[in-house]
Amino acid sequence: MTELSLSVNGHTVTSDIQPEMLLVDFLRETLNLTGAHQGCNTTQCGACTVHVDRRAIKSCAMLAIECDGVEVTTIEGIATGPADDELHPMQAAFRAHHGLQCGFCTSGMIMTGLAIARQGSLPSRSIIRSNLKGNICRCTGYHNIVSAIEEGSKQLALLEDSR
Amino acid sequence: MNAASANKLIGKPLNRVEDARLIRGQSNYVSDLPARHLALHMAIARSPEAHAQIIELDLTAARKSEGVVAILTAADIVDLAPLPCDWAPDDAPFESRHPLLAKDRVLYFGQPVAAVIAETKAAADLAAQLITLSLSSISTILDQELACASDAPILHEGAKDNICFSHNRRNGDVDGAFLTAAKIVKRRLTNNRVSAAPLEGRAVLSDYDPVTGQLKHHSSSQLPHVHARALADCLNFPQHKLHFISPDVGGGFGAKLGFYAEDVLAAAASMRLHRPVFWAENRTETYLGTTHGRDHVHNIEMAIDATGRVLGLRGKVLADIGAYAMGMGPGIIYLNTGGSLTGPYKIENVDITIEAVYSNRMPTGPYRGAGHPEASYMLERMMDEIAYELGLDPILVRKNNFVSPQEMPYNVATGSSLDSGDFAANLDKALSHIDVDEFRRDQTIARKSRRYLGMGIGVFSESSGAAPSIGMGAVGFKRSGHESARVVVHPDGRATVFSGSHSQGQGHHTSLAQIAGDTLGLALEDVKVVQGDTAVIPFGTGTFNSRTMAVGGTAVFKACKSILEQMRQIAATKLQVRPYNLEFLDGAFRIKSGATIKLALGRGTARAIDGIVARVYRRITGHDLPDRGRDAALHSISFAEIASEAHLGHDVPPGMTSGLDKTVFFDPKAMPTAYATHISVVEINGETGQVTLLRHIVVDDCGQIINPLLATGQVHGGIAQGAGQALMEQMIYDADGQLFSENFATYAMPRAHDFPDFETGHTITSAPGNPLGVKGIGEGGAIGAPPAIINAALDALRPEGVRDLQMPLLPMNVWRAIQAAKKELNR
Repeated sequence: MTELSLSVNGHTVTSDIQPEMLLVDFLRETLNLTGAHQGCNTTQCGACTVHVDRRAIKSCAMLAIECDGVEVTTIEGIATGPADDELHPMQAAFRAHHGLQCGFCTSGMIMTGLAIARQGSLPSRSIIRSNLKGNICRCTGYHNIVSAIEEGSKQLALLEDSR
Repeated sequence: MNAASANKLIGKPLNRVEDARLIRGQSNYVSDLPARHLALHMAIARSPEAHAQIIELDLTAARKSEGVVAILTAADIVDLAPLPCDWAPDDAPFESRHPLLAKDRVLYFGQPVAAVIAETKAAADLAAQLITLSLSSISTILDQELACASDAPILHEGAKDNICFSHNRRNGDVDGAFLTAAKIVKRRLTNNRVSAAPLEGRAVLSDYDPVTGQLKHHSSSQLPHVHARALADCLNFPQHKLHFISPDVGGGFGAKLGFYAEDVLAAAASMRLHRPVFWAENRTETYLGTTHGRDHVHNIEMAIDATGRVLGLRGKVLADIGAYAMGMGPGIIYLNTGGSLTGPYKIENVDITIEAVYSNRMPTGPYRGAGHPEASYMLERMMDEIAYELGLDPILVRKNNFVSPQEMPYNVATGSSLDSGDFAANLDKALSHIDVDEFRRDQTIARKSRRYLGMGIGVFSESSGAAPSIGMGAVGFKRSGHESARVVVHPDGRATVFSGSHSQGQGHHTSLAQIAGDTLGLALEDVKVVQGDTAVIPFGTGTFNSRTMAVGGTAVFKACKSILEQMRQIAATKLQVRPYNLEFLDGAFRIKSGATIKLALGRGTARAIDGIVARVYRRITGHDLPDRGRDAALHSISFAEIASEAHLGHDVPPGMTSGLDKTVFFDPKAMPTAYATHISVVEINGETGQVTLLRHIVVDDCGQIINPLLATGQVHGGIAQGAGQALMEQMIYDADGQLFSENFATYAMPRAHDFPDFETGHTITSAPGNPLGVKGIGEGGAIGAPPAIINAALDALRPEGVRDLQMPLLPMNVWRAIQAAKKELNR
């Protein structure tokens, strides 16, 4: 067992873990943050995407122990509260554009979408498509996901401008 | 339903109710359930060979492995029944059911051999690897055509060949048609074996309580009720003590219509160990152990006249159903493919043999469209081949063959029927999205710089909304054709809808609430939809064959109508008018204008009756009844007031029982004909063979649309799966029957950059067979896209001499076809 201390969604978490534990298992099994889903065992699908120090990473491709001292943000940590108007703009955009069907890939798509939005200038649809190369959706055909990320990026930019 | 203008919810692109949780990561897939923390973990040891005799199954090392609680093998479960095959033609000579665990022989790579139950997932996985299996290899059958050869080894003991069933569909004078034909077009078409691969794999959490004898079974299923019965049958378990729950389901597409050994093994283990048992498919098991789709070879001949009219159709459909007859597998080939061999076309002379054969591969089952895509692919490829052979426009050839709206309803030669539709109008609307002349000019110019552009069409019709029960009985389908809905109106006037359908992402919590909301005059947030729990919904048929809106939605509509009628009776009593003098408008029952004389008469009678009731009540109890307020000139009463009255029962019509709670089973007489036109534009790189989808247009006709946002979403998803099959997806077995495509690294799942934005539209032809006028929408995208894309690719490469392309259009396959054509031209 190894001691791990990190910030998850703004809360400090300390835990004794097995050194071989993956970050996704730490989040899902130890912290019961089941928003990050496991859609494959080979780091292809991106359903488990979270942010580590504001960078989108696949939490199945990282050991929990590598996260000592870092800030992890998961899908559960981006809304400011339970009301609809407290959703993160990227979450709201996924809903408004019907960017999800079964919902299994959605957490990863939103977290990746957020990373795309933060890359700087407003992303074009084709940039969004190529940046989604690490995330698989089997339901939507991606069309509405691209629209959601496009819209979410705009809303996020407006929000940053107004600050 | 009143005029569409009265609808406040139906037809509106409302955002989904279910998204509120899912976009916050607050999902309830089986793997998310907190109860899994208390469970033992199951791992399955699988066959490493495609066909072999089991010499020895050595569990010694596995048993000693840390954390192992139990290991089940075939010898331990002789009391359990094999997996059901609930759909095969009644005359199928040999229906071989899938054993839960292989006993003496394994028939496909990945077949379950033993189930390890351990304290942790890691311990279970490790022990499963420690099981040693001594096998004696047997020669394999990995090709449906070879399976039919006279010298092929026979897979199943007691069978005389490898044929599950052979069914002939014959109508009209086929020989005459071929004798008088101007031309005969003959082709061999293949439909590649693919995997549905929903992003959430199958998962099971089974918990037996030895004190109460209850089994609480969570499973990621499209058919919780059908699977509950299957589980009870396999376990010989009493159905009233089985609580089957399908919580959030992360996609299904047909793969979760199958009922699998893991459900039974987890339940059996929980019953023996008295602890909950959890199993979640890993991605490799998706490919090894969850039904595959398609896998047909069609050898087809069409007799045509000089205008491209199809006079006759004959040939053979050969489908590989894998090692066992499983679930709906054989039935979809027999009926869905068999019944749609003529699609939207008027082809009256037909002689086709449909054969399902066993092989040493994973069993096939329904996959989005389930039999319809295979038939539609054949037809649409043949339409283009006819156009090519005669030098005609493929659009014209289709129009020359369509069944016309005037001929509806139309009984097709292969036994099914088309209930409504205007295929030519639908095709024209799709064509309005593209300037064909301009495209042809661009195509010619591009070809000069060795850029190959092509445009292709795929039209299809689908018998959606599987029903009626009597018809399903007639075709060997051991399921009902109805769907249930129970609607409860609470005392505050809000409603809960319990539906036997089950969403795997289709958004039923929104669309069914739209139907109930409009019918009951309620806002969307005042209706809650509940699905997937047999304790609160005793009966259900489930979601497949694009049936939920047409069958399940109509059941909801009818249950709401029935409640509304009861409420009208209460309102009539309260307002003292005849029920037919009331109208339901804006959430209240109002007295129709012109009913005032009747009103006065009614009130007089009511006062007289009230007087008698009051006197009798006083005599018996010594108390006075409160004044019922008849004299107040009430002209309307709200939905919520009636709801409250229905529960209090103070002043309901004589004989009426309290509460507002109605259950309706809707069992439609026929299946609505959904259809669409797909147009694909592709670009092919002649140097690499890479095919790029530049445009994909779909104009569908799903009848009346409940929620256009959701309907279009279904089309998008279907296109992606159809395009995936056409462009890249393929289950690949090696020569020994070992599966090569076994995860997302080796099975090509389409990604965002593989597709353009999709262009969609609708035509609307109301379904005559249900009051909502709705048809299916879920599967069509996957039916129409494959032929449109292959036709587009051939359109691009025909000038280069390429005459044939089969799915998938891997760059290597396309490049080879181009090279072969070059050689041919230079010869």
